[in-house]
Amino acid sequence: MLNPFRGFGAVFYKETLHVRRDFATLFFSLIIPIMQMLLLGYGIDTNIRQINTVVYNADGRRESRELLDRLRNSDTFHIYRYVNNDHDLNDAIISGKCRVGIKIPVDYSDKLLHGMSAQVLVLIDGSDSSVAGQAINVSTAIGLDESLRRVLAGADSSSFAVDMRPKILFNPDSRSPNFFLPGLTAVLLLNVTTFLTAFSIVREKERGTLEQLFVTPVRPMGLLLGKLLPYLGIGFFELCMIVTAMRFLFSVPIHGSVLLLAFLSLPYLFVSLSLGILISSKATSQAHAMQLAFLTILPSIFFSGYIFPRETMPKFFYVISYFVPATYFINITRGIILRGATWVHLWSDALALFAMGSLLLIIAARRFHDKVITA
Amino acid sequence: MSAPEATAITAQNLIRRFGHFTAVNDISFTVQRGEIFGFLGPNGSGKTTVIKMLTGLLPLSGGSATVQGIDVHADPETVRENIGYMSQNFSLYSDLTVEENLTFYGRIYGLTPERLRRRIDEIVQLNGLAPYYKRLAAQLSGGWKQRLALGCAMLHEPKLIFLDEPTAGIDPVARRQLWDLLFDLSAHGITFFVTTHYMDEAERCSHVAYIYFGKVIADGTPDDLRELPEVNPPGTYRVEIAAPHVTWALRIARTIPGLRSATIFGQSIHALIDDQLEINHLRQRLLDHGIVVTEIRPLAPSLEDVFVELTYRHQAKQSDQAAAPEAPSA
Repeated sequence: MLNPFRGFGAVFYKETLHVRRDFATLFFSLIIPIMQMLLLGYGIDTNIRQINTVVYNADGRRESRELLDRLRNSDTFHIYRYVNNDHDLNDAIISGKCRVGIKIPVDYSDKLLHGMSAQVLVLIDGSDSSVAGQAINVSTAIGLDESLRRVLAGADSSSFAVDMRPKILFNPDSRSPNFFLPGLTAVLLLNVTTFLTAFSIVREKERGTLEQLFVTPVRPMGLLLGKLLPYLGIGFFELCMIVTAMRFLFSVPIHGSVLLLAFLSLPYLFVSLSLGILISSKATSQAHAMQLAFLTILPSIFFSGYIFPRETMPKFFYVISYFVPATYFINITRGIILRGATWVHLWSDALALFAMGSLLLIIAARRFHDKVITA
Repeated sequence: MSAPEATAITAQNLIRRFGHFTAVNDISFTVQRGEIFGFLGPNGSGKTTVIKMLTGLLPLSGGSATVQGIDVHADPETVRENIGYMSQNFSLYSDLTVEENLTFYGRIYGLTPERLRRRIDEIVQLNGLAPYYKRLAAQLSGGWKQRLALGCAMLHEPKLIFLDEPTAGIDPVARRQLWDLLFDLSAHGITFFVTTHYMDEAERCSHVAYIYFGKVIADGTPDDLRELPEVNPPGTYRVEIAAPHVTWALRIARTIPGLRSATIFGQSIHALIDDQLEINHLRQRLLDHGIVVTEIRPLAPSLEDVFVELTYRHQAKQSDQAAAPEAPSA
């Protein structure tokens, strides 16, 4: 009688050993799902809180400060900065630093004291519709509440005392492609460039051609630049295709300069290429490189504000988001495409990317020298 | 640049440590111009490390080396311009054609377009690659891949070529042809530094060195090594014994007093015998056990015998040293 399960025990034994020896795979297969669960569990918080808010308080007297206190106490708004003119108010929103701008007019207290209706302008960045919706609801509710409070306190008034006037600045019809596609650009670019770079180097490692190249007079810089430039070109071409499709297929209006977008994509591509080299210095096979590359893609999707507004993240993830290159590039793409941002608004993001890219390249070059060439 | 001196490689007291591990432990050897220098040793003995040191990829932890008269430590770039290197897996780009592979390596070495064209023609002629010129490297058989890889390594007309296990995994005909090519090139004054596992290849080299755990334990021409006193202990001689059922014969032979060591070689036994035990006597002793010897004759030691003997002696010396000063470590 043939035992159809013959060898089961032996194979089971061997496989358990493999799993125990290959700690990395076990780690990835166990930790990544847990990380995703934490992200999705904590990340999706429909109660959007602590929206970065810029305030232009032209009045400055007690009544205006009371209103600001109420806004702050609502937990929806986090007053990030005070400014002194309309221009700065607008800039803070266009640059992406703040999502909401509140302007209290110079005659706010006077009007309230004379029983007239005082208007407060609430500028809202509409690129993320969920954030915008929450901002509208809470700000008008506070206006209503403040008015009621004054009526009950005995103010002689026939109309709303505090009239919150929300104005959605960008993406007024809250189209979701307008919101998602510019962010997607960042994820797709990272995908293409990091993967391609990492693979191209790891493939040479696998074949042994890298070893061969090291014994030739090729200098490290010549090797790296020669390798990276074609992929930089591909990344750039990819960007052009994505932007073209976005504009003409999905009718996303581009409010800023396409040239600036192209220019600012360079530091981002620089970061993703450096990441690719870093991965290739660690990975021993293309499959391994794939695993590591996914590790860089996931944070870019979840922490960068691409899907979940960064405002809704727990503090811990919010801090992490500052270390994710896509965070900055998404602000650049949304800034240029949706908010018509210019160099003045985005230079700090570009600088952050450039700094990250340089740091990564230095680490990658070091590792490459220690672990690949002289190993 | 390439000084007209007689040595292609001088290695003096080379040392390479990785942390606490000494991969190359005080190695010295000299390779003369035009030699085919066979560098042998088991896996992990430090062969690749030595090549990396000689090509300037690994800094030396101690000692000094010149390659083609150039100091490896001071000027690794110039060293790399003056040598060719072919690694064990014929590092070719399989998605590039023969022509493209050659062009790429030619440009790496900075050949002018005219010189590149001339060199490619010469190499295609010499290595017989013409029929495969437009073919992808992936479609070549092992032997042709190896010829292409060798072609890539000699485009820039180096006078010294490193071959790291050049015949690993290729068929015997291609192996023979490669060696014929090497002899040909060697006659034109090119020096070869070859690592190999094959003893028959070692026999073809004009100079061999055997490295074992970071130490060179044999260095000389194959004939010199065969005549080393360590390999031919006084009062002994070697014989080849041909008999049917060699494995059985070996078991019997090892019980015969006066037979120091014996090992199977194909269909016969190679044995080291005390002078007192004469050939006829040995034949009779085997016959006593029912072994009919078909042929028995004196034999010079093979290089394998040499390396085995020297390795045993080295191991014995090592364990003596380890045991003497302090408790032996694991």
